Amino acid sequence: MARRRRPLLRDERITLAHGAGGKATHDLVGALFLAELENDALAALADSAVVAPPAGRLALTTDSYVVRPLVFPGGDIGELAVNGTVNDLAVVGARPLWLSAGFVLEEGLPVSDLRRIVGSMAAAAGRADVIVVAGDTKVVERGKADGLYITTSGVGVLEHDLTLEPSRVRPGDRVLLSGTLADHGMAVMIARGDLRLEGDVESDTAPVHELAAALLRLGGGVRWMRDPTRGGLATALNELAAHSGLAVRMRETALPVRAPVAAACEILGIDPLYVANEGKLVAVVAPDVADDALVRLRAHELGAEAVEIGIVEAEPEAMVLLDTALGGSRIVDVLVGDPLPRIC
Amino acid sequence: MRYVDEYRDPDLARGLVAEIRSLVVPGETVRVMEVCGGHTHAIFRHGLEELLPPEVEFVHGPGCPVCVIPMGRVDDAIAIAETEGVTLATFGDMLRVPGGRGSLLEAQARGADVRMVYSPLDALELARREPERHVCFFAIGFETTAPATAVTLLRARDDAVPNFSVFCNHVLIEPPLRAILDTPGLRVDAFIGPGHVSSVIGSDAYGFIPEEYGRPVVVSAFEPVDLLQSVAMLLHQRAEGRCEVENQYTRVVRAEGNPRALAAIAQTMEPREDFEWRGLGVLPRSALRIRDELAGLDAETLFTLPGERIEDPKACRCGEVLTGQIKPWECGVFGTACTPERPLGTCMVSSEGACAAYFSYGRLRRPREEAPVGG
Repeated sequence: MARRRRPLLRDERITLAHGAGGKATHDLVGALFLAELENDALAALADSAVVAPPAGRLALTTDSYVVRPLVFPGGDIGELAVNGTVNDLAVVGARPLWLSAGFVLEEGLPVSDLRRIVGSMAAAAGRADVIVVAGDTKVVERGKADGLYITTSGVGVLEHDLTLEPSRVRPGDRVLLSGTLADHGMAVMIARGDLRLEGDVESDTAPVHELAAALLRLGGGVRWMRDPTRGGLATALNELAAHSGLAVRMRETALPVRAPVAAACEILGIDPLYVANEGKLVAVVAPDVADDALVRLRAHELGAEAVEIGIVEAEPEAMVLLDTALGGSRIVDVLVGDPLPRIC
Repeated sequence: MRYVDEYRDPDLARGLVAEIRSLVVPGETVRVMEVCGGHTHAIFRHGLEELLPPEVEFVHGPGCPVCVIPMGRVDDAIAIAETEGVTLATFGDMLRVPGGRGSLLEAQARGADVRMVYSPLDALELARREPERHVCFFAIGFETTAPATAVTLLRARDDAVPNFSVFCNHVLIEPPLRAILDTPGLRVDAFIGPGHVSSVIGSDAYGFIPEEYGRPVVVSAFEPVDLLQSVAMLLHQRAEGRCEVENQYTRVVRAEGNPRALAAIAQTMEPREDFEWRGLGVLPRSALRIRDELAGLDAETLFTLPGERIEDPKACRCGEVLTGQIKPWECGVFGTACTPERPLGTCMVSSEGACAAYFSYGRLRRPREEAPVGG
């Protein structure tokens, strides 16, 4: 396709004109979005992206990202918006293919910030092997948004016959976790600066599609997968328990938490089980493939610290339990409203 | 994690559990009240009840500072928050606590400016950053948090910050303990004294419990090994026929407390004639108000507050839970009309409340403990 000459964007800050649909919008789209996300489908600037359907069932998902601050140790909202949607596709067993991205920009947002964020979206999309094929931009008045919000929708394809539902989980199945807990949530909380904590804590934002694909090669032995984001591992497992009617019993000693993350949680009285992760996979697998599954996870850079954290039991019905390090046990309940800041 | 892991050491814990088992008399129940909500939380979080012999029974006391704030005071805070140009700052725990007109979180949704802070000094900082708004700090807590409020008041006075005030709801630990000890039919044999409160008021402050009420006290830190050691110390007292105040939390608590913190409190606050406690009713001289010299920083002087007394819901039996007369699940509304999401009574309000802790962590153990309540 012949390329038109790329427009120039001289503005330093986003103004309402960038959302008005005129020349400023055109310049922003051409000089920033197209330049960073460069691909033919997007460059066509049609009202819809037209793609050829792959063989297999399709998975479709959407998610909005409202994290503050926009840039945090280990990532930014752009990377998060790609990885989060890629992960939602990956954990249902889909190979992520295409994304769309909707931006709500706040008047006054530095253009350089936006460029950095869209640039990291492009890098994240490249890493996850997805293409951002459609986009939209709106600008709202100053004070009406925290810099910017991003909504990404994604399409993926299921190239197998498995449907990873809680109903496939059986007593005796093993619960695997691909790495450490609570990195993203604590990184963002610390980055907000309200807590006056400092610590060497980075977000774990990453695409887990290759980890998921590695487990899918086990066939029917993989029962269910989740990326434990908002609400953390405890929330993901409570949903599994509620929908399967089974109990999940975790071992406290098996739960991996980095030392600075554990320390920050301790100081703030926050349970890392409830803190968001953005690059982790929790999977339930049949007992006979558990060892194989761990080997496959650990073979990948993002799963190097994968561990078995617990087991599925028939009773008590629909509950998540934790065997404590001291030899006691407790219920790990669903989170009831929390006063924590927005982190994803 | 250094300074924490040592106190969560499974081997140490096992040793203490064995010691406790050797100290109990089979069939003779000892009811131990842990006064502090932090202890309640730790007991459940680490599953301690399961480790102990059935003869040791925990009764979860009134020491959750969020839980004891009466609904009328929450309504007063909401009235402040809904005043034009005013920002109300408080601890995160306080946001969900329901008053007669809903919670602060609901007030925020209606348009009130409510902010979560981690310290009263943060609220003062907020006032400096936003000079066009008045910032009121909704102060809660026992003697533990009162010194921080006191220091903030002094700094606001010294720096003449014009747009800052404190809505003081600090409470004292002794009056509710006396109220519990005076309850007819009290079912508590020994006390685990609060750790952080004691770092301020000192372990000597509990002398009245063995002297006037004949029950032993061990002031305890918050980690599981600390709590197990405190239980063992109480049982040793019992076995040896002693009844006194002992201090397990020697790494922080002194017999005389922290004189500087106490002086800061005394300089800025004085006891109120009386104060209403959720679950315990009106207790004389049980809370602190800001001294008249600092009236310019006192939200109760600056704002017109509804100041209504709202009775605890009739169905709520928090008072009996707090005095160890019933277990949380024996209350008719536990887990049905009263849940952590929509709490009716004080004990369900924060994760440190006895009922909320049972609801969230301990529902499983109900059958075992429901069995004989001997004694």
